[in-house]
Amino acid sequence: MEVVVAVIVGILFTAGIYLILTQDLLRIVLGTSLLTHAVHLLLMAMSMLKTGAAPLLGRGKEQFVDPLPQALILTSIVINFGITAFFLVLSYRAYQKLDTTDMERMRSESAKHRGRRR
Amino acid sequence: MPKGSDIFLQNISKVVVFIILAFALYLFFTGHGSPGGGFIAGLMSAGALLLLALAFDIDTVRKVIPFDFKLITAIGLLIALCTGTGALFFGEPFLKHAFGYFQLPLLGKTELHTALIFDLGVYLAVVGVTMTILLTIGEDN
Amino acid sequence: MSLLHLLTLSPFLLAALLPLLGKAVPRLHKGWFAAALSALVFATLLRYLGDIRDGSPIIKSFDWIPSLGISFTVYLDGLSLLFALMITGMGVLVALYSIAYMNAAKESLTRFYVFLLVFMGAMLGLVVSDNLLTLYGFWELTSITSFLLIGYKNEKHRSRYGALKSLLITVAGGLGLLSGFILLYVMSGTYRIRELFEAGAPLMSHPLFLPAMILILFGAFTKSAQYPFHIWLPDAMEAPTPVSAYLHSATMVKAGLYLVARMSPIFSGTSEWFWIVSLGGLITLLYGSVAAIKQTDLKGILAYSTISQLGLIMSLLGLSSLSGIFDGEEQILYAAAGTAAIFHLLNHAVFKGALFMAAGIVDHETGTRDIRKLGGIAQVMPITFTLSLFGAFSMAGLPPFGGFISKEMFLESVIEPLHAGVFGLSTWAALFPIVAWIASVFTFVYSVLFVYRTFLGPRKKPLKNKQIHEAPLLMVIPPVLLAIMALVLGFFPGLVAYSLIRPATEAMIPAVTASGERLPMDLKLWHGLTPALWMTIGVIVVGILLALTAKRWTKVYNFIPRRVSINRAYDISLRFFEHITVRVTSLYMNGSSRSYVKYILGFMLLVLGLILFNSNDVTFRVGAYATIAPYEWVILIGLAAGALAVPFAKSRPVAIILTGTVGYLMVLMFVFLRAPDLALTQMVVESISVTLYLLCFYHLPKLRTERQAVRFRLPNFLVALAVGVLMTLVALTVLGTNPFEPVSDYYVRESYESAGGKNIVNVILVDFRGFDTMLEIMVLGVAAIGIFNMIKLRRKATDVGSRHVSHEGDESEDIAAHFRKAQYEHDGPTTVKAPKEPWIHCVSDLNHDDEENPEDELSDEFEDSESNDSRKKGGDSDA
Repeated sequence: MEVVVAVIVGILFTAGIYLILTQDLLRIVLGTSLLTHAVHLLLMAMSMLKTGAAPLLGRGKEQFVDPLPQALILTSIVINFGITAFFLVLSYRAYQKLDTTDMERMRSESAKHRGRRR
Repeated sequence: MPKGSDIFLQNISKVVVFIILAFALYLFFTGHGSPGGGFIAGLMSAGALLLLALAFDIDTVRKVIPFDFKLITAIGLLIALCTGTGALFFGEPFLKHAFGYFQLPLLGKTELHTALIFDLGVYLAVVGVTMTILLTIGEDN
Repeated sequence: MSLLHLLTLSPFLLAALLPLLGKAVPRLHKGWFAAALSALVFATLLRYLGDIRDGSPIIKSFDWIPSLGISFTVYLDGLSLLFALMITGMGVLVALYSIAYMNAAKESLTRFYVFLLVFMGAMLGLVVSDNLLTLYGFWELTSITSFLLIGYKNEKHRSRYGALKSLLITVAGGLGLLSGFILLYVMSGTYRIRELFEAGAPLMSHPLFLPAMILILFGAFTKSAQYPFHIWLPDAMEAPTPVSAYLHSATMVKAGLYLVARMSPIFSGTSEWFWIVSLGGLITLLYGSVAAIKQTDLKGILAYSTISQLGLIMSLLGLSSLSGIFDGEEQILYAAAGTAAIFHLLNHAVFKGALFMAAGIVDHETGTRDIRKLGGIAQVMPITFTLSLFGAFSMAGLPPFGGFISKEMFLESVIEPLHAGVFGLSTWAALFPIVAWIASVFTFVYSVLFVYRTFLGPRKKPLKNKQIHEAPLLMVIPPVLLAIMALVLGFFPGLVAYSLIRPATEAMIPAVTASGERLPMDLKLWHGLTPALWMTIGVIVVGILLALTAKRWTKVYNFIPRRVSINRAYDISLRFFEHITVRVTSLYMNGSSRSYVKYILGFMLLVLGLILFNSNDVTFRVGAYATIAPYEWVILIGLAAGALAVPFAKSRPVAIILTGTVGYLMVLMFVFLRAPDLALTQMVVESISVTLYLLCFYHLPKLRTERQAVRFRLPNFLVALAVGVLMTLVALTVLGTNPFEPVSDYYVRESYESAGGKNIVNVILVDFRGFDTMLEIMVLGVAAIGIFNMIKLRRKATDVGSRHVSHEGDESEDIAAHFRKAQYEHDGPTTVKAPKEPWIHCVSDLNHDDEENPEDELSDEFEDSESNDSRKKGGDSDA
């Protein structure tokens, strides 16, 4: 299963990076989300999959899956949530202010804003 | 946020919100022994409030829960920080937890753990943050 | 931590508390706090006088970064104590003076005093540090704080220019200093100054010895404004006068002298040290005194005179290094130059402080510092006149002031090398007395002119009808105290000779006390008819003649071409470097974040790829993988398909929902991979995220399909594909390599035993790695505050592009409409060309935004204050 997951990780990375390199803000934010998923899967795959039961003690199990990646991923999920929200609001505000979600246009727009303020 | 008008959704959510909140509470308290914990519980509670906001509108949520969520975030952070600092007074490293088992009325043998207080901080911070974000954006629309 | 540490750090402490204290007692001028603290530190330092006088230094250590061997060791010997007393003593007077000088209503005083206090703390730390690295840290801190102080009036271009100049030059020197210190460490293996003293001869024969010396002297020369690094000092006169009085009398510029004195025991006795220090000092002495005469600004004269006096002390320090190669009587003889240096250091602080303050008073009361406009104000400002006279006489080296004694000793010291006969001195020693004498004549001339043109003679036109009176009491007291001090040092030099001067000199030349004897002190006004006295008489006679005929011969200065000055070289090179930097940086920093992402990915590919293909232990594991159930296949394929479909989505909601689908499939993956906590969290987060996405992008226009030509998309796709493939490879290699014992085993073992929890993931989060979690929720908090700020606290006025706020001008509407139109109706390839505006600007270009004709402003000359005033007025009316 690990090999298949590794391939999926590659696919997720490809899609995420491609999205980040596009011009639209929303696509970029979505791209970061996909990247996060890719990293989570990568972390899981690294410590081997399904090597035991869920990491809960006292249930008559001796073998567990590695709990550390899970803790890391849990942290990552929550931070990712915060960052995604931040990105979203940033692009939302940028759109409100500059009236475009296109990265290239934003530059020329903000250059104009700067020019006017002088 | 659009003005809620779906009676069906509104009525169901009135009930469901409490179920979710209760489940969140359960997750929070069992977090140390079984799946759950401050993060999940916090997000779950925020999710419940979000459902409420979607079904009705932001003002309703504001009316029902008249807290400043930024303040809740701050309190959460403070609780987490204080729990950590507490250990320093006992000559232990920062964030070292203590726990013990006590015989409590009604509950029987119970484990009391300072990690739970830390988790409470996490819970409050997560609820505060999520709700601040949601309400801020929601009100702007 | 000891009392000494506390004393050193107390200015920083007060600086941190000052904003709060200012709020608590808003009526009180904040200068009182600074004055009180300096007085307290000064008084406490006096307690150590006894010990130091007896020649027993005090050492207190405090481990700062023990793992790197960096400790904050405070070492108080004669030299350090003298400087510390000058820093704090002058600090008291300057703070008092500034209370009257700085207007609380007009200026931001908290900022001023915070800078001043931090500067004072840095100076104190500098002179008491025993560790070279701590010393360096404080050294740079003085550069930075003096930058802030000089540029205090940051609305003025000249202030910014002067501040930047001083920063660039002194920090460049500081970097040299650091390199020199590191070389010393390489040679000796220690950063402690005391241990370096003991390293001795093996150090001297080391090939790195000379480079280290030159680098350290580079640092000292830039700080002490020695020729040709002096150019920052005249421009630093833009600082408020209390700052000038503080920085250029007792503190900042003396730091370089302190360093030379401090390093003397290590380097003295070598010909390079002797020649660089003494010759550098002599050149500076001559240059400064000659250049001071052509100045028309009071502070300009004082600036060049400071340069010149620093040169004098520097040359004395160089001469005193001769004592390192002799012993017995001759050693004592050459050590006298060291005594002279230390004594003149003190004298200079006293009279220069008084003169700066006097210049400030004149400026404050008459509104100008231009000596072409001043004159004849002695009658209305008798106290200021008298104290200026005292200060100027001490500076010129006239009896009965302290300056006379040290000047006499200086002249004696320059004659002495005639008999030395080492370092090629037999040929060149005659240079010293000649240069010293000429410089003394010019010093005399500018000192006299300073007083005469300011206070005596007829009143000039601009001030004729102006009501001029003596400055407020608080402003006059500090310079009066200094003037009295100049007199006292002349009549009773014994007051400081044994308690301060001797220990300081002995600290500088420890060899003289090696035999257990103390250095003889010979400070008195009357030395008998020595050659030095005859030289002084000559100086006075020629000086008076020159001063009387000054009007005629000063025209000579006009022939000196202004186009070839060091200042011009500085300006040209600064611009040159700026333009080169801008051009080079613009090559890759093109302002498009996409390019930056590509750089990052490119490096990642390069580094990771190289490691992967170069290391030998990378193996791919075969077999023993987990099995995949049929329903898991479905989910895995769903994940891949969902992710791949997102870039092809035609509308925003579809793209969002596709990403959401990937997220929910991840939930299922977590379930199958036995991670219940993750599944729960991911599920809730995904729901909230999708809501957020929809909320934010509800109002946005329809997603424009990327109509870019293939040649734009293909490179992007290739980069993305390369990263994807690389990550797959990484995942596979990690599976095949297992060099370490997993940490998780510990967590699994200890989770219940020592942390009392059964959910190992949760135990790791809140207990084992609680600190991570703590910081994580802080990150969340910061994100929430950021979001709140972006939405709620935006300023309405600047909100030009917003659709929800009505616009002031129609122009922005037009642009917005234009782009909206372009967004919807554009048919061709949509690579909109941004207007080709440079993305990065030169600092100098930015500086000139608000003020005109930069060429004129960068000239060597001081502009007279009237044109400054008029420009300021012009600026005001423009605004």
